[in-house]
Amino acid sequence: MAEKTIKVALIGNPNTGKTSVFNQLTGLKQQVGNYPGITVEKKIGYCRLNETTRATILDLPGTYSLNASSIDENVVIELLLNRKDENFPDVVVVVSEVENLKRNLLLFTQIKDLEIPTILVINMSDRMKLKGIELDIPYLEAQLKTKIALTSSRKNIGIEEIKQRILEYQSLPTEPCLNASSIDPEYFDKLRKAFPNQLVYKLWLVITQDVNFLNLERNEMKSSFTKSHTELRRLQQKETIKRYQFINDTLKVGQTIDRSKAGNISARLDRILTHKIFGYLIFFVILFGIFQSIFDWSSVPMDFIDEKFAQLATYTATHLPPGEFTNLITEGIIPGIGGILIFIPQIAFLFLFISVLEESGYMSRVVFLMDKIMRRFGLSGKSVVPLISGTACAIPAIMGARNIENWKERLITILVTPFITCSARLPVYAILIALIIPEKHVLGFISLQGLTLMVLYLLGFGIALLCAFILHKVLDLKTKSYFVVEMPGYKIPMAKNVGINVVEKTKSFVFGAGKIILALSVILWFLGSHGPGDEFKNAEKIIEQKVYNSPVPVNPAVIPNWTAEYKLEHSYMGIAGKMIEPVIEPLGYDWKIGIAVVSSFAAREVFVGTLATIYKVGDQSEEETTIKEQMRHEIHEDGSPVFNLASGISLLLFYAFAMQCISTLAIVKKETNSWKWPMIQLVFMSGIAYVSALVAYQFLK
Amino acid sequence: MKIGQQATIVEFNIDTIPLKLLEMGCLPGNRVELLQIAPLGDPLYFTINDSHVAIRIETARQIEVTF
Repeated sequence: MAEKTIKVALIGNPNTGKTSVFNQLTGLKQQVGNYPGITVEKKIGYCRLNETTRATILDLPGTYSLNASSIDENVVIELLLNRKDENFPDVVVVVSEVENLKRNLLLFTQIKDLEIPTILVINMSDRMKLKGIELDIPYLEAQLKTKIALTSSRKNIGIEEIKQRILEYQSLPTEPCLNASSIDPEYFDKLRKAFPNQLVYKLWLVITQDVNFLNLERNEMKSSFTKSHTELRRLQQKETIKRYQFINDTLKVGQTIDRSKAGNISARLDRILTHKIFGYLIFFVILFGIFQSIFDWSSVPMDFIDEKFAQLATYTATHLPPGEFTNLITEGIIPGIGGILIFIPQIAFLFLFISVLEESGYMSRVVFLMDKIMRRFGLSGKSVVPLISGTACAIPAIMGARNIENWKERLITILVTPFITCSARLPVYAILIALIIPEKHVLGFISLQGLTLMVLYLLGFGIALLCAFILHKVLDLKTKSYFVVEMPGYKIPMAKNVGINVVEKTKSFVFGAGKIILALSVILWFLGSHGPGDEFKNAEKIIEQKVYNSPVPVNPAVIPNWTAEYKLEHSYMGIAGKMIEPVIEPLGYDWKIGIAVVSSFAAREVFVGTLATIYKVGDQSEEETTIKEQMRHEIHEDGSPVFNLASGISLLLFYAFAMQCISTLAIVKKETNSWKWPMIQLVFMSGIAYVSALVAYQFLK
Repeated sequence: MKIGQQATIVEFNIDTIPLKLLEMGCLPGNRVELLQIAPLGDPLYFTINDSHVAIRIETARQIEVTF
């Protein structure tokens, strides 16, 4: 028997629990993708209605109305206006919630005007008693010309009712609730006459929005129906007032609210959480807690992943037949995959905390607290979240910038977030600080080394704000600046929503950025283990010859290290290191550091590993101290040490500012949908890094 | 307006007010209540037409109210 599929679109205001309704309907049968050309997430889920019918459910971005003010909202309108779109729904499900029904119905009446079968879901019905709200469902159904499903997605009540209503969608009335064209009858009459085959309300939406509609040229329509911006706005205002009048009249009869029953926990919580002093105090305590747990909790699984991959590499190296292919697997692919998976614990924890804070409604309060401060730097209150997340890893942080509506503020946030000291910089900082900063204490208790580390964190944050400020002045982007943040009531986060969110975001990271990290690791491996010419090929013989000709006896144990070093020097990577030597020499680096810098373009933490290889450190167990000793003893030809205060500070500054993270560039590309911004970011960050390292070295030399 | 004070919206500058605010119920005749002022004096946190919204002072200046 042929299976029938009903296409359903889920639409609703933000904070109505639309996503939980979606999750309840579809469970984990979801696909997350992007709309072509834009970074708006496209979520499609599947759900079985009965034996012969299933539904594809499209979760559209939350919107307050059909008047778009962001790309997310544009998606909704473009879909609803275009009956030829493959995703055009057979039936629309508008999700509203009990407490804000009045506002939610505005969107509902607009969608009804498009004459698409529409079901109204009134969610969070479990809060009705608490808030003293009663609804006359039959009356509301008659007035709103629809079928209503009263649900509580949180308690999984009414989900079957939604499915039943979807099945019966063909019996839904499609006439509008009110006549919007009465706001200017003359104008709308003219429209109707000019385009007799089209719905007037659709035409009106096309005129007031920036959307393309069928084959009608917007400009052609505009020219004959031009109205000034102010006039259009006035009409839109009239339309909104008219809709609210209708809604108010309907709710006056259909809804009774006993205000004395409305317990006001949210208001009381707000008084504390947005308090002048306690507000910030609580925020910083929460922040501190998040940092602690991200670093503490994720170090266990991270060490575990690290160890397992090292074991796997050793295992394959000893059990596979030696050869090029085995080398590719053990030195390229396995460390590459390990390099991706190692980020998972931190990313998952971070998303866990962020989605808990978001679901609970607290995030809006942080935005409210921080907006004034951030705005001075061209950022928004909403930039706080990405900047905080950046201390773990810039990748999830940049993904977290999505909810900033203002494109300019979002772009600046994305561009400056990688300056924040991420966890990958830590191993580099640790070894360099140990080398160049004496183990002394100032004032008896402040460790000089610890202080340096803190200064580096502050430096990263400072330069991020400074660059944001400069970008704010330089970038000439025409975006309407507005800041309207809804402060939703506090709720206890739902485990299912948080769980699905964490899984989806982590998956998107692994498959998105992961591919690039893997590819680059393989390329780096190739460049480091292959070289042109006879010198690379005959490294063994040349070293043998050297040992043979040596006037003093050579310990045979060092021969493999000498060979490895000689090979590296003549590999493609070594040649590249030599080639860039003139460029990095003014910074105080030799070609070996050059190689480490080049290879850590893939990921910063590679620096230590590369130096370990270069400085022929054999003993793995004492890696840290031995590398340090080797680095300390490394000397220039004239006998002066390679790592002194000047070159050390210069390196620290370079690592603090340079864009050396291919995965971040990949994610910036994904989020901005062009190579332009990641390239600009690469140039300006590396520029700042180079100049500051140069200045530091030349001054301290 | 002071914290906790209520007022009625009279008029606003239609060209500069975000449409989103109108949709939230910021329309002439509706009641507003100032709930909180952010610690640095901006933004402001209102209840408008039963919705809880935070807006920046520059936006709030465009809205005229009577008590």
